[in-house]
Amino acid sequence: MSFEVPDDRKYLESHEWVDDAADTARIGISDFAQDELGDVVFVELPDEGDDLAQNDEFGVVESIKAVSDLYSPVNGTVTAVNDALADQPELVNEDPFGEGWMLEVELADDSGLDDLLSADEYREQIE
Amino acid sequence: MTLRKPPLRDVHDAAGATFTEFGGWDMPVEFDSIKAEHRAVRDEAGIFDVSHMGQIAVSGPDAEGLMQRLTSNDVSQLGRGDSHYSMILDEEGTILDDTVVYRLPEDDDAEYLFVPNAGHDEQMHRRWTDHRDEWGLDATVENVTDEYAMYAVQGPDAPNLVSDAADDSVIDLSKFEGRYAEFAGADCWTARTGYTGEDGFELIVPVESAEAVWDLLDCQPCGLGSRDTLRMEMGFLLSGQDFDADENPRNPYEAGVGWTVKLDTEFVGRDALEQASEEGTDDEFVGIKLVDRGVPRHGYDVTDTDDHVIGEVTSGTMSPTLGEPIALGYVPSDFADPGTVVRVVVRGQSKKAKIANTPFLND
Repeated sequence: MSFEVPDDRKYLESHEWVDDAADTARIGISDFAQDELGDVVFVELPDEGDDLAQNDEFGVVESIKAVSDLYSPVNGTVTAVNDALADQPELVNEDPFGEGWMLEVELADDSGLDDLLSADEYREQIE
Repeated sequence: MTLRKPPLRDVHDAAGATFTEFGGWDMPVEFDSIKAEHRAVRDEAGIFDVSHMGQIAVSGPDAEGLMQRLTSNDVSQLGRGDSHYSMILDEEGTILDDTVVYRLPEDDDAEYLFVPNAGHDEQMHRRWTDHRDEWGLDATVENVTDEYAMYAVQGPDAPNLVSDAADDSVIDLSKFEGRYAEFAGADCWTARTGYTGEDGFELIVPVESAEAVWDLLDCQPCGLGSRDTLRMEMGFLLSGQDFDADENPRNPYEAGVGWTVKLDTEFVGRDALEQASEEGTDDEFVGIKLVDRGVPRHGYDVTDTDDHVIGEVTSGTMSPTLGEPIALGYVPSDFADPGTVVRVVVRGQSKKAKIANTPFLND
């Protein structure tokens, strides 16, 4: 089975992605991760204004069969959370790199982006 | 430990199933998605490979006597081809296993087949032969688990689907009635039983015909994941989770299955249960619905509104049919009335919950 791994993201080994194309970066989990979890039924996210530290837990995603902690790929401050996931957690399964995004983060100066996996490196990890 | 494999392990693998260890068996947990499989069973039909369930055959002149003394229900009430749900207990009345007992349609002495839970077949075979010898009964007890595959076809479309696949229709079978029927040239024990709350059949299939019969029953393949969510919506017990002789010892009254206990018969555990029946139980097995957001899971504490721990979730999930978080567990009788407000501690956070009627599906 092949999984989508967009080239315009960077990845944590624990399967979170960050999109740093804009001033504020979006964070979510990968296509591979949502497939491993199965049907997502609940997502617990931080509040706007919370500070995130790279590799620290920022929330939880639960599928019918499993509970997984979410880890921040970057240092920064939460500027928005995807409220749609409260009523439609299945968006994480249906569109993990799009409508299933989880957070928007204003990156800190020392964002940690350079420490993340490139799309090619992440592809190698999940193959 | 090497995992036991169902006969169609490779067929399921080729179909894209993911697997999990269950009772020492390597079983498919999911083929497509738990939600899709769950929905197929509630709306149409799904087929489960439940070959991990044990099969113990009991025959001979004293077969009825042996079954009567080792199970809580009254096997003398079973006519040929009938079956019932029953408990297997120790001397203290603690549930060792739950099972369906089938009385096979043999002409001479009564002959039985019972279905212990995954990984319990050897233990139950030993229990039956040890007691037979101790009591000097004339009965043959065979562990035939490895000789058969077992499938469950469940859902509103299942009766027509199974009947069309059989050489002779089985649609006339009543609930908990069974007979031998031919599928793909194989003689299969076919009974109108199941574990999802839907109409449907369970088939016990000679292992050499396992694939041919599976292929014949053309509907959504389902794994243990959806089997679990379906049975939780019905409030059915899961061995090793909702009761466990070592980790969570419970008697049938606590577990809400006191109706399987026939105190006017003689069986191991009877005297302890008579006492429990007179004295009542401290705890009751209840349904719980979370009011706050979250997913209750096995092992989470149940507390009163003052945060005192009063019980534990034994099973929990997000109900695919209801879209609500549901759980099963034991609470003191004072808290067992539907509507009673309790709390469930979900990963350290106390969440509001209410005691609910089961089956959740009919609430």
